[in-house]
Amino acid sequence: MNPVSDLAASLISIGFYGISYAMILYVISVGLSITMGMMGFVNLAHGVFAMAGGFVLSICLARYGIPFPLALAAAFLSVSVASVALERGLYARFYGAGELTQVLFSIGLIYVAIALARLEFGTQAAPIMLPDYLKGQVKILGHDFPTYRLFVIVFGFAIAFALWIAIEKTRFGAFVRAAVDNRAMAQSIGIDTRRLFTLTFALGSGMAALGGALGADVLAPQWNYPLEHLVYFLIVVSVGGFGSLHGPFVAALLIGIADTLGKYWFPEFGAFLIYAATIGLLLWRPHGLFGACS
Amino acid sequence: MTAEARSAQAGYAGATRYRWYEAVPFIVAIGFYFAMPDYLSLGSRILIFVLFALSLDLVLGFGGIVTLGHSAFLGTGAYVAGFIGAYSPVSDPIIQLLGAVLAAGLVGFLTGCIILRTKGLTVIMLTLAFAAILLELANKASAITGGTDGLSGIQVAPIFGRFEFDLYGQTGYLYCLGVLLVAWYLVRRLVHSPFGTSLTGIRDNASRMHAIGAPVYWRLVAAYSISAAIAGAAGALLTQINQLVGLDVLGFEPSGEVVVMLILGGVGQIYGAFLGPAVFLVLQDALAKQFPEFWYLGIGIGLLFVVWYAPTGLIGLISRVARRWGRP
Amino acid sequence: MSVVLETLNLQRSFGALMVTDNVSLSIPVGARHALIGPNGAGKTTLINLLTGVLSPSGGSVRLDGEDITGVGQAARVKRGIARTFQINSLFRNLTVLDTIALAVAERSGIGWSIWRPANSYRSVRDECMEILTRLGIADEALRQISELAYGKQRLVEIAVALGLRPRVLLLDEPAAGVPSMESGRILEVLAELPSDIAILMIEHDMDLVARFANRITVLVAGAVLTEGAPLEVMADERVRSVYLGEALHG
Ligand SMILES: Nc1ncnc2c1ncn2[C@@H]1O[C@H](COP(=O)(O)OP(=O)(O)OP(=O)(O)O)[C@@H](O)[C@H]1O
Ligand SMILES: [Mg+2]
Repeated sequence: MNPVSDLAASLISIGFYGISYAMILYVISVGLSITMGMMGFVNLAHGVFAMAGGFVLSICLARYGIPFPLALAAAFLSVSVASVALERGLYARFYGAGELTQVLFSIGLIYVAIALARLEFGTQAAPIMLPDYLKGQVKILGHDFPTYRLFVIVFGFAIAFALWIAIEKTRFGAFVRAAVDNRAMAQSIGIDTRRLFTLTFALGSGMAALGGALGADVLAPQWNYPLEHLVYFLIVVSVGGFGSLHGPFVAALLIGIADTLGKYWFPEFGAFLIYAATIGLLLWRPHGLFGACS
Repeated sequence: MTAEARSAQAGYAGATRYRWYEAVPFIVAIGFYFAMPDYLSLGSRILIFVLFALSLDLVLGFGGIVTLGHSAFLGTGAYVAGFIGAYSPVSDPIIQLLGAVLAAGLVGFLTGCIILRTKGLTVIMLTLAFAAILLELANKASAITGGTDGLSGIQVAPIFGRFEFDLYGQTGYLYCLGVLLVAWYLVRRLVHSPFGTSLTGIRDNASRMHAIGAPVYWRLVAAYSISAAIAGAAGALLTQINQLVGLDVLGFEPSGEVVVMLILGGVGQIYGAFLGPAVFLVLQDALAKQFPEFWYLGIGIGLLFVVWYAPTGLIGLISRVARRWGRP
Repeated sequence: MSVVLETLNLQRSFGALMVTDNVSLSIPVGARHALIGPNGAGKTTLINLLTGVLSPSGGSVRLDGEDITGVGQAARVKRGIARTFQINSLFRNLTVLDTIALAVAERSGIGWSIWRPANSYRSVRDECMEILTRLGIADEALRQISELAYGKQRLVEIAVALGLRPRVLLLDEPAAGVPSMESGRILEVLAELPSDIAILMIEHDMDLVARFANRITVLVAGAVLTEGAPLEVMADERVRSVYLGEALHG
């Protein structure tokens, strides 16, 4: 092999791994971006939902042998339903509260969640038993790609597309956009923001669970997941800009690819590059790439 | 959030004179020294975290800056003190301490200049990111920092050339107490000064502070730098007591835990920073090793409880009880 | 009389909405100027432009003939522009005294003082008490802002601005939410201010405007509809139809 095709091969594989990682980050973080933008809620506990999704998937697959697609759906549904209870019972009380209160509240939730996770699952990562048809490699244009990663990419794009349709083309989406733009205004034109918040929160948490389940192969579900990956979710959201739908998508792509590239080519710098780039970007655009300046 | 407690003591019509209860933490600390000679290493750790929480109170409680990356300064102080002790001929603990304070203050100033341009979640994110960067740096620069093995071989001479750090940690404990006393005096002065009052103003309503012509950004940068310097002192103490620096001083754990300690104790009232770490670390010492799950569950529920029912923390609860008691 | 604050073709839009539309306004030393206009006319926005909270998309602001369009908020305050807010913007957890003292302290340059206790600045305290006495709320000095009735808080708003000893005072509906007895008090206090202070007051209550102003500017949809002496403006047909008609419902 000559150096040029070597480089091309490694670029392709970095791009491939980067994009699949990005899709996981995106699906997990997009809900956080919307809740931040719409309710103005600093929900550091968002990763709890992703962790829960991963655990649900693991249980469904390993304990009950439920087929993979159904297990994914179960992760989404169970976590959304549970999150409605959380939103109604706990989150809603802190909507108007200061940032510090919200931060503390969500850190409290994280601690409770990791304690419960550790009680239930111990300190080991939960096993994920992928079905055979998602294992192995696929050959495309002479390159081998892991099937599961390919699946994640396709799935991630599909989700992004579906969300885009849901937000841009449906009535619910119009409400969401109105509420993100101006909550008081949305309320005054008769949108039931309370219900809208609950629905959006459930959708966002469900997405996080889906992302957590989908990414369980990469970010293994384990008890301190919500703390361990917190910074990355926050980076995606703040680089993308709160309340934006395509913001987290672009940000996740940038970060997913840059992170993979950094680990591949400059392993000695570790995650340093990502943090430095994030700080630089936020200096340049404090509201992120697509955030509304207010 | 912590109105009554503070406005009674600070401000332009407040009383600056010392009250008897302000001596309680120090009396307790001295009592502990005599009563619990076997627990002085835990005691020193508590004193150090009190110092750390006090530094946090300055930015979080008084300045309203929500940070989850304060370990950046604890770690900077710890490593700088360690570098001085390990690589330079300077083994005087006070000079090491001052070096750590300066370095952490400088890092606080530089990062503060960047972080404090932003607002809300972005601030939190940037504080996390800076701490993570420092951790990454320390991890990669293992030739100097010792990486995951930690930095050892740190020389610490006797304090003032006379009091040697002994095996029982007696000198160390008193040394920490002395440093804490100085820091407490500084913070107390600062809180009672016009500067301190203006910080409270910024926390409550930054846009009004702009409208009365206050240089809001620079005030916050100043508070942040001072706080970082004090956190650096706490880091230096950790290094000198243990004669070892590990990567964990820069991790998320100290950042997160110090916030939890301060909130449990009571934010924005100086003495919450004394009570919180003491309660937290004693319980941690008793529980965390055997029942880590219940320990985390306990902190979580404790935090939720405080957020819900007792936003002024333990100090707030105590003063409420004391007031009810005071007027039958 | 010499002009202290003026705007030249000032413009500002929010998205497609033109909120300040080519406004040229000039406020002489000692002015008693009222700015009126229906809800959403852009009055508060104009104050935000004058104080540097917002930056204009076009035109300029001048103080003493010097362009200050790019000057920051704090620097404008230092040069003598003070404002109050339409909706109380105070410090919940501070006492009334401390709230005003913050302003007095910034003006007298002790805001950076980090060592001396705040309560040792007796002159600051005395000055605050003097302002509070003028406004008739000296009794409330040691109460916390959050314990005060809304009307009293409105007075504190004004007290904070007075603590800055401004040369130009911009009042955004100072009497909104104040019982009518106390709104009279506000006018009295304003009348007692040194006559060379220029005051621009936004006000919906035409009674107050008539008692206060010797000049009125009417703002409609971001643009100046007319400007003139009170009787002139109030007699204007367009003003009657645009503004007074609305005020009846508002
Ligand atoms: N930050 C902002 N973003 C978008 N639109 C804004 C903003 N601030 C004001 N507006 C809009 O600009 C217009 C003028 O607002 P402004 O507050 O200046 O009116 P006003 O004359 O003070 O009204 P009122 O009598 O109700 O106080 C309104 O339509 C308002 O919705
Ligand atoms: Mg207005």
